[in-house]
Amino acid sequence: MKILVAVKRVVDYAVKVRVKPDRTGVETTNVKMSMNPFCEIAVEEALRLREVGAAAEVVAATVGPAQSADTLRTALAMGADRAVHVLHDPDPSRPLLPLAVAKILRAVALQEKPGLVILGKQVILDKEKQKATVEREVDGGIETICLNLPAVITTDLRLNQPRYATLPNIMKAKSKVIKKVTPEELNVDIRSDMEVILVNEPPKRKAGVILSSVNELLDKLKNEARVL
Amino acid sequence: MAAMVLGALRRGGGSGHCGSLVFAQSLRRLVSTLVVAEHEGGLVKPSSLSALAAAEAIAKENRISLLLGGSGPALHKAAEHAASSHPLVSEVLVADSDTFAHPLAEPWAELIRSVQQKGGYSHVIASSTSFGKNLLPRAAALLDVSPVTDVTAVAEARVFVRPIYAGNALCTVRYTGEDPCMMSIRSTSFSPTTEAMSETKVAPITQVDLSFLSEGSLGKSTWVNLTSQDTERPDLANAQVVVTGGRGLKSAENFKLLEQLAEKLGAAVGATRAAVDAGFVPNDLQVGQTGKIVAPELYMAFGVSGAIQHLAGMRDSKVIVAVNKDGDAPIFQVADYGLVADLFEVLDELLKKIPDKK
Repeated sequence: MKILVAVKRVVDYAVKVRVKPDRTGVETTNVKMSMNPFCEIAVEEALRLREVGAAAEVVAATVGPAQSADTLRTALAMGADRAVHVLHDPDPSRPLLPLAVAKILRAVALQEKPGLVILGKQVILDKEKQKATVEREVDGGIETICLNLPAVITTDLRLNQPRYATLPNIMKAKSKVIKKVTPEELNVDIRSDMEVILVNEPPKRKAGVILSSVNELLDKLKNEARVL
Repeated sequence: MAAMVLGALRRGGGSGHCGSLVFAQSLRRLVSTLVVAEHEGGLVKPSSLSALAAAEAIAKENRISLLLGGSGPALHKAAEHAASSHPLVSEVLVADSDTFAHPLAEPWAELIRSVQQKGGYSHVIASSTSFGKNLLPRAAALLDVSPVTDVTAVAEARVFVRPIYAGNALCTVRYTGEDPCMMSIRSTSFSPTTEAMSETKVAPITQVDLSFLSEGSLGKSTWVNLTSQDTERPDLANAQVVVTGGRGLKSAENFKLLEQLAEKLGAAVGATRAAVDAGFVPNDLQVGQTGKIVAPELYMAFGVSGAIQHLAGMRDSKVIVAVNKDGDAPIFQVADYGLVADLFEVLDELLKKIPDKK
């Protein structure tokens, strides 16, 4: 079975994002970019499935500009076998929407024919051949669902701890294949039905005070904030 | 906020005369909305009542159909509650079948598509709960439209504000696609209407024709079970007061202290990802970017450092209190009142000084 994993190059999760003064978007020049942490977990899960023999090949895919190849190289260095890079230059005022990405990934999946597609956001996987039993966190607790294959699952932060790419693997990754395609070649309509009008900062909170005792806190909560 | 956005729209931002023409046209477009609602214990859930408030924000003359799915007496009681839940609800649609007892995306997406195709709504709304987030994408894909997710404000019928980058920026977007405009809303941003319904206005309840269901829609997935904690605590998503513990609580045992405090305050208990990962509490207590988003009147954070992803889940709380022995913890930057102290000493004192809830 082949596993297709989608990965995305994003602003590093620890970066405090700033809004651009012209309010057209957020500052991304010279900002640290990384593979989305959820995508790392997705790659890790795919690799573990291959390591136990549940899958034969792990293919990483991404949609993005030339720099997104870095993210694919990371996936290859972690251990993915091959990669597919769907080239797309972003337009901040007309973002590439999830529906378009879904259509692109669908086109890639129709070409690659994977048994499982793993994306970054929520699961634990059983290794039966025709079904996947997954657990996902929902508002009320943890839900267990059984899916027929082929299936699409998303991975959440508690699924696994991704591996670091070792130096030998980083070197090997340089010669692994990254196939380049365009949305047009895949016959996908990537029209954007959303127009970004404005990006601004959320309203600032009034500065708070550090108090010196529990009594003072209780007094403030009762008499100033009036929440007790 | 809405006024600022409308100002930006009228200035055109490049579209000039076109902008005002589109604006006028959008006023004339008839608005009707399908609200995909959740119910529990025979009542429509508060998060779905928030979805109704969002529908009203889209258009004062909105014709709303409220969709409920499931089976049994609880469903029918919920339908009755729905029928008089909001003055704009003009009908309640009931999909009565075990197929919809659990929120599996595959049959629900087909249900939403079928109802949309029959009803031709201009908008479809669900609350941004795990229910709504699970169903909306698949339903949108079947209808070939891009949904707008996690909306926190409505500026115009097709212009919305949504947080991005863990709430560090707000993005105003215009939906320019075909009907329906599908969206999920943050229930903490839309308070349910409190105006009383007149006695005579009760919407009709109609059964949805389920003949669209096929082998295909039923076969793809099976719901196995749900493990959850039974609690008498108020629901975290709607509580007026939330007391949260972080890694600083150090153990599951210590969380009992927070529970005692919560008992006295009639509060819900929350936790950070660190506390859940460490096994102190189950995942449904997690507040944050990948947990629950809350906006209570009072949020008290004990032993919480204030990581960006946690702040994303509680930054809209009216009053924030932080207790942490590290004076440099980022949480103090959003707290209205802070105590740089040992949280166990503070909890001890609070438990002694706050009277039991009557």
